[in-house]
Amino acid sequence: MTNLSASPPPPSFGPRVAFPPNWSTRITVIALAFYVAYACSILDIGRERLVAGFAHGARFVSRMFPPNLAPDKLEPLYDGMLESLQIAIIATAVGVLISLPLGLAAARNLSPLPLAWAARALIALFRTFHPVIIAILFVKAVGFGALAGVLALIVASLGFLSKLVAEAVEEMSMQQVEAVRATGAPFLSLVIMAVLPQVMARFIGFSAYQLDSNLRNSALVGLVGGGGIGATLFTAFQRFDYDFVLTIVLAIIAVVMVGEIVSGWMRRLFQ
Amino acid sequence: MDESSPFKPTATDLDRALVIRNLRKEYRAGQPVLKDVSLTVEARGMTAIIGPSGTGKSTLIRCINRLVDPTSGEIIFRGQDLAQLGGRELRMARRRMGMVFQEYNLVERLSVIENVLCGRLGYVPAWRAWLRRFPAQDIDRAFHLLDEVGLGQLTTQRADQLSGGQRQRVGIARALMQEPDLLLADEPTSSLDPKTSVEIMELIARRAGERDIPVIVNIHNVDLARRFADRIVGMSRGEIVFDGPPRALEDARLLQIYGGEGWLE
Repeated sequence: MTNLSASPPPPSFGPRVAFPPNWSTRITVIALAFYVAYACSILDIGRERLVAGFAHGARFVSRMFPPNLAPDKLEPLYDGMLESLQIAIIATAVGVLISLPLGLAAARNLSPLPLAWAARALIALFRTFHPVIIAILFVKAVGFGALAGVLALIVASLGFLSKLVAEAVEEMSMQQVEAVRATGAPFLSLVIMAVLPQVMARFIGFSAYQLDSNLRNSALVGLVGGGGIGATLFTAFQRFDYDFVLTIVLAIIAVVMVGEIVSGWMRRLFQ
Repeated sequence: MDESSPFKPTATDLDRALVIRNLRKEYRAGQPVLKDVSLTVEARGMTAIIGPSGTGKSTLIRCINRLVDPTSGEIIFRGQDLAQLGGRELRMARRRMGMVFQEYNLVERLSVIENVLCGRLGYVPAWRAWLRRFPAQDIDRAFHLLDEVGLGQLTTQRADQLSGGQRQRVGIARALMQEPDLLLADEPTSSLDPKTSVEIMELIARRAGERDIPVIVNIHNVDLARRFADRIVGMSRGEIVFDGPPRALEDARLLQIYGGEGWLE
């Protein structure tokens, strides 16, 4: 055995530095700070605007209280909320059903490369635009109402769920797939017995999250004509019914929170 | 080839034998892992392939059931050149060959009996697999096989709750569930402790022997190969450098296969 302490120090020039300065990071941070300051000056973001804005905001908030709970207001609130829930649930269900095959097609370790790239391109297209922009397109295409909202949220769900399915499939253990393939299983059986068992728990988790997210977004697509509580909210804004706006906002918050609890509960159940 | 080999195939044996001719595999062009290997394996007994890591043993065995696609050469089994098969024909050929893996390769989230029934997927339509409506005789046989490998009490456990030795027993039951004409085993004991390794080799030898299923097994462990195999094939750097019965495998031959010297003492 050699004596470790006797090994000579490595040749060095000058004192050794434990933490050498990282110049590329420093320059990036300084450049970013300069650009933020420049952009603020261009966009007229300054102290006076902020002060004036807060004053407007305070008046607006004061007009919201107390929330309007009149029975003639609660009825459209209930109808809108129910429609939003239906939009979210239909969009999630259809999205889940289509995203599984689409995600499998996009997984490069299972499907032939041309098909995988085509599926990936489609998914990327679905993900390019925010649900609100897609909703605007569908409102133009199929008219105002819940159908446009449902279609917009299906596209959004497909973009999210298919991508995550594809990623989960690409991360799965190929050993398990290989073993089932070696038994002479046809492709569909391979998917059922070797692929789905590995990705199903995560897929159900994603789906629960997507339901939660569709609940939130269903209010949003309503603002641009996609039906549901968003439409009710938009009308209330236009009529300056700010006290009713507050009622709607509180109702949305309550529903979204319940949705989050339910989706978390679903994810735990299927772990 | 070793002259002392008693394994000169007879004419009738030849139709049931596995005949490999000039099998070549290059993962990267110009760098063959298998260098035109030729080998005939009769339809009986256990053939052990030994040799150092990275010498092409796994590639050879995986070329047989086409988990790896050979670059060139022929693999004749039951009148078909496996190297040329694709699609449905390949699946039909695969279901006649069982495989036992080094890492067991069980579907972790399926139960023990579901894993064993995977051995029937080549025979059962996908909807039956999906609804778990396997034919009653398959389910009976799965229970019976699990009893045979000593896991009769664990049938509904999830595979990820088993120990290594138990997993490999499930792997063996899955392979036998196919009612194969040939059993391939790729380092079936390399992830197991010495005692379990012997048990697993005994299990493979006994259960395949009872059913007259020929076995080809890759194995690092020379002692296990000597103890269980009827024939030993030594590989080194993508070529066969020894072929004969265990008793012909002298130390000089081992040096030829593995190279170096100090490790033999």
